[in-house]
Amino acid sequence: MSGLLNTSIARKVAMALSGLFLITFLIIHVIINFASVISADTFNELSHFMGTNPVIQFLMQPVLVFGVVFHFVMGFVLELQNRKARTVKYAMFKGSANASWLSRNMIISGVTVLAFLGLHFYDFWIPEMVYKYVEFSPEDPSRYFPELVHKFESPVRTGLYVLAFILLAMHLWHGFQSAFQTMGVNNKYTPAIKKAGMIYSILIPFGFIFIALFHHFNH
Amino acid sequence: MNLKLKIWRQKDANSKGKLHDYQISNVSPDMSFLEMLDVLNEELIAKGEEPVEFDHDCREGICGTCSLQINGEPHGPDRLITTCQLHMRKFNDGDTIYIEPFRAKAFPVVKDLIVDRSAFDRIQQAGGFISVNTSGNTIDANTIPINKHDADNAFDAATCIGCGACVAACKNASAMLFTSAKVSQFAQLPQGKVEATERVMNMVRQMDLEGFGNCTNTGACEIECPKGISLENIARMNREYLSASLKG
Repeated sequence: MSGLLNTSIARKVAMALSGLFLITFLIIHVIINFASVISADTFNELSHFMGTNPVIQFLMQPVLVFGVVFHFVMGFVLELQNRKARTVKYAMFKGSANASWLSRNMIISGVTVLAFLGLHFYDFWIPEMVYKYVEFSPEDPSRYFPELVHKFESPVRTGLYVLAFILLAMHLWHGFQSAFQTMGVNNKYTPAIKKAGMIYSILIPFGFIFIALFHHFNH
Repeated sequence: MNLKLKIWRQKDANSKGKLHDYQISNVSPDMSFLEMLDVLNEELIAKGEEPVEFDHDCREGICGTCSLQINGEPHGPDRLITTCQLHMRKFNDGDTIYIEPFRAKAFPVVKDLIVDRSAFDRIQQAGGFISVNTSGNTIDANTIPINKHDADNAFDAATCIGCGACVAACKNASAMLFTSAKVSQFAQLPQGKVEATERVMNMVRQMDLEGFGNCTNTGACEIECPKGISLENIARMNREYLSASLKG
């Protein structure tokens, strides 16, 4: 098992696995958020469950936070190693001749998503943690929907969310199928995986964009 | 054709290099790129200047010796060829052509456009072989039935000439395509199964030790490979590696 921890392939596999984990998480997140478009009560019920269920709070949530931090830290580690692998740069390097901009600039889309996560944590996660575990405020199952709607009143914040999700879509466009290639999946199903990746990377981020814009223009 | 060449000149491994401008006239579109450099060198020698050093050997796309990053791409703008197979008809009169060595920390410049690619030899030596008893009772390989699909895939992987274009094209200077081709050519054959676990572990370890970057699946290597080595080989090597790691 030692080889799983200390080589370039091991690090890439860890990156792919954490990416696939976050991809799965985003599906759950967008489904719950979408409930806010359909019914405030359903959204409150789902959020109350997610916010109070001990398995989700004390098992799944730490795993998720670890997954997010790991994916970013490992991304930076790999980027740093990659830069060190070519100390003298080309005077002319035509990267666009053989690879897409998205695949060559995952660090740009990734850092943008990281910056967005800072804002997102500041907006939702940190206040939630303070509310529950610092102030020990009494649980109010009806508070979630008004909190969500309030955040999307600001056009600047809504704009930043939209921009971040466009960059997330770009990150996923390459990342989804890349994770499968790293896991060793390159066979007759690869064209289908690539299509699924394209559909996912449009559907999920633009689902979030729709929700943000819906609340901004309706409340 | 009249061309402006911007060529990397570097005295030796320890000196700093820089791009030098050269003007070359009356270049025939039928010349190969290396013949054009030969003409330039004859002109430089006639003027008493140091000729431009570059790697070449077979000049028929087989040996993988010629390298060169031409206008930002390994082996130039054409596909599925080495630099010796690139012809000047791919360029236009008046063009400026950048000619640089393959760049990677693991491929240090020896002089001008020549780089030391012995890192590839060391990866190969780490496991790119099979152990065969040659004491006189060796069984003919053709007596072992092999599925055609596997034989074809192994052959495709074995066509890698180790030129280093994959490393040169990769934004991370990763050697995954080369190493995976050398792993794959044995991974699909019965003769390669015996040492499969050690092979992939040792070759990947050596690849990392040489200082190549990590693969980010951009696919640039596959596009620029003169032999069309497929990314499927990288996925296969990753599978081989994961399976070998789990075996311990």
